[in-house]
Amino acid sequence: MITVYHYMTVAAILFAMGTYGVLTRRNAIVIFMCIELMLNSVNLTFIALSSHLQNMDGQVFVLFVMAVAAAEAGVGLALMIAFYRNRDSIDVDDINLMKL
Amino acid sequence: MLDSYLPILTLIIIALGFSVAVIVLSRLVGENKPSAVKLAPYECGMPPVGSAHEQFSIKFYIIAMLFIVFDIEVVFMYPWAVMFKRLGLFGFMEMGVFILILLVGYAYVWKKGALEWE
Amino acid sequence: MENLVQIALQNVNMAAILPSLVLTCFGMGLLLINVFLPRGTTRHAVWISVIGLVVTGFFVYTGWGNPQYGFNDAVANDNYTAFFSVIFLFAAGLTILMSDDYLTREGYPVSEYYPLILFATAGAMWMASGTDMLTIFLGLEVMSIALYVLAGFFRGQLRSNEAGLKYFLLGAFSTGFLLYGIALIYGVTGSTKLTEIGIYLNAHGSLLENPMTLAGLVLLSTGFLFKIAAAPFHMWTPDVYEGAPTPVTAFMSAGPKAAAFAAFLRIMEYCFFSLKPEWTAMLWVIAVLTMVIGNVIAIQQTNLKRMLAYSSIAHAGYALVGLVAANEIGYSGILFYMLAYTFMNIGAFAVLVLAGKKGEDNLTLEGFSGFGLKRPFLGVAMTVFLFSLMGLPPTAGFAGKFYIFAGAVKAGYIWLAVIGVLNSAVSLYYYLRIMVYMYFRDAEEDYAWVSLPAAAVISIVIALIGVFYLGIIPGDVMEMAKMAIF
Repeated sequence: MITVYHYMTVAAILFAMGTYGVLTRRNAIVIFMCIELMLNSVNLTFIALSSHLQNMDGQVFVLFVMAVAAAEAGVGLALMIAFYRNRDSIDVDDINLMKL
Repeated sequence: MLDSYLPILTLIIIALGFSVAVIVLSRLVGENKPSAVKLAPYECGMPPVGSAHEQFSIKFYIIAMLFIVFDIEVVFMYPWAVMFKRLGLFGFMEMGVFILILLVGYAYVWKKGALEWE
Repeated sequence: MENLVQIALQNVNMAAILPSLVLTCFGMGLLLINVFLPRGTTRHAVWISVIGLVVTGFFVYTGWGNPQYGFNDAVANDNYTAFFSVIFLFAAGLTILMSDDYLTREGYPVSEYYPLILFATAGAMWMASGTDMLTIFLGLEVMSIALYVLAGFFRGQLRSNEAGLKYFLLGAFSTGFLLYGIALIYGVTGSTKLTEIGIYLNAHGSLLENPMTLAGLVLLSTGFLFKIAAAPFHMWTPDVYEGAPTPVTAFMSAGPKAAAFAAFLRIMEYCFFSLKPEWTAMLWVIAVLTMVIGNVIAIQQTNLKRMLAYSSIAHAGYALVGLVAANEIGYSGILFYMLAYTFMNIGAFAVLVLAGKKGEDNLTLEGFSGFGLKRPFLGVAMTVFLFSLMGLPPTAGFAGKFYIFAGAVKAGYIWLAVIGVLNSAVSLYYYLRIMVYMYFRDAEEDYAWVSLPAAAVISIVIALIGVFYLGIIPGDVMEMAKMAIF
């Protein structure tokens, strides 16, 4: 029997994987993909809980999260392209102009 | 409880078995005469142009970004469409406002020339 | 089902979102006007957006004392929203006034700048008015996405690119935590409405021990503390503030910070009032860390934008003291302090905007040598803003700090107030150092490039009036802040 706990566990593992990726990867696009993984694990949590609680609020929330994530992706990719044009790199180690 | 997964398991086994069988059979039965044209990458039936490992034009990125943003807005229309009749005139006008806002963005993009391919 | 639809339709109340609706319409209209005018014309955009802000301000004013709730209790246009809206409108207005000549000087006279500021302001207003996690989240994202673009606005300039990209990556990262927190709280309580969450948590005392509740609370706080730039989530602040265009930095340090406080305060008070001992203990530590880290690292800075970035971290720490106090004076103190901080900090940044050369390499302590004597008006203005940032009477900064620390003392957090006052004393050092360079060093430059464009001067004068008004007669605004809290 697959219960809400299984879904929550999968979502938590995905979220942890996303967080780990953000902290360890160096390529900005991969980092962004890891962030998307985190957002989607949240979506999974919302949908599982929504179905478990018999309450539609969670599913509505997911629609908005998806739309916001798309807008974020648009802006983020534009920023990365602008950075790439000036720096010829998309490695976060190259975001180093300003240091203490 | 796992019984309910039996059809899926069966489907996976059949799908795997069928694809393996087809590949193995065509190797055993069919003739094998490679030529330069046959080994070329398949590009919609046309003769391939250039290498696949070249940089894409920046124009593709702009279109892709616009696509992401405009494409996802449709998710709001599905729930609205399901409840369309019950939401009545007010729901219709609300969606009209939503589309109008999208149109503002679209007009901006168009006028800025982001949709032109030259 | 039919019933639900009826209820949903009856709950639509446009009056609840009227101010932000007006502002958004101005933003979109301006965006459309821009593309039909030739490139490089920006003057009209300044005036249209200022008119938009004033009209919005009028609707905010009519909403005072006349709370409107709508959209199935997802939005509340109450006094609290109105007070914070005024802060955002001032932040946006002062920023827009100082921007036009700056953008021309730096070579980016691009009129999209102004609609983006208006959209960020509208997002901030939604955050303050949200009484549902969904509206707060949407407001936060509308504000943040506009700010990501603004931070990277000088797209040919590597520093600005870096600021935008860094802000974007870390901002999106923190959004993930915020959302996960919201999801967990939703799982515990079955609602995303702030009041329902609060009632449910209060009625089911055993949930307070539930790890899911506590994890949700911590993740949610992480998301907001990141936006507030509280330690230990402050790492992005100095780099983003230094790299972003200076007026954008001014706006970011005042408007969005106040918006994050607005939403954070509402969530803590509506949802988690039954968990107060837990979160005040958590925020006590964070407030102290934020004040100490901000002030101590600011001492070592020689770049003025970076120094003000660390000082802005420290000021977030002072405001968090009000949240820890969690009483009437503390909460209304936060509202007052955010308004005061808007005037003094944006004023200080406006002086930097005017003092900078193209490229802004001279915005260092050395670069300010003798500035006060060569440019008396800007020198005096900067002195006033710095006095206010230090918290000396008779300026707004003094009154703000006084209320916040008074709230902490009243709530029994004597030590917290002592640490706050000691930190203010530490901050004297680096603020005074700017003044020493301004007045007691010989000028190597003639500051011939410094002109005084009318719009920017208006911005500085409004900020000066605000600083003195709030400093000399704080009582009236404080009364309004008390009426604004719950």
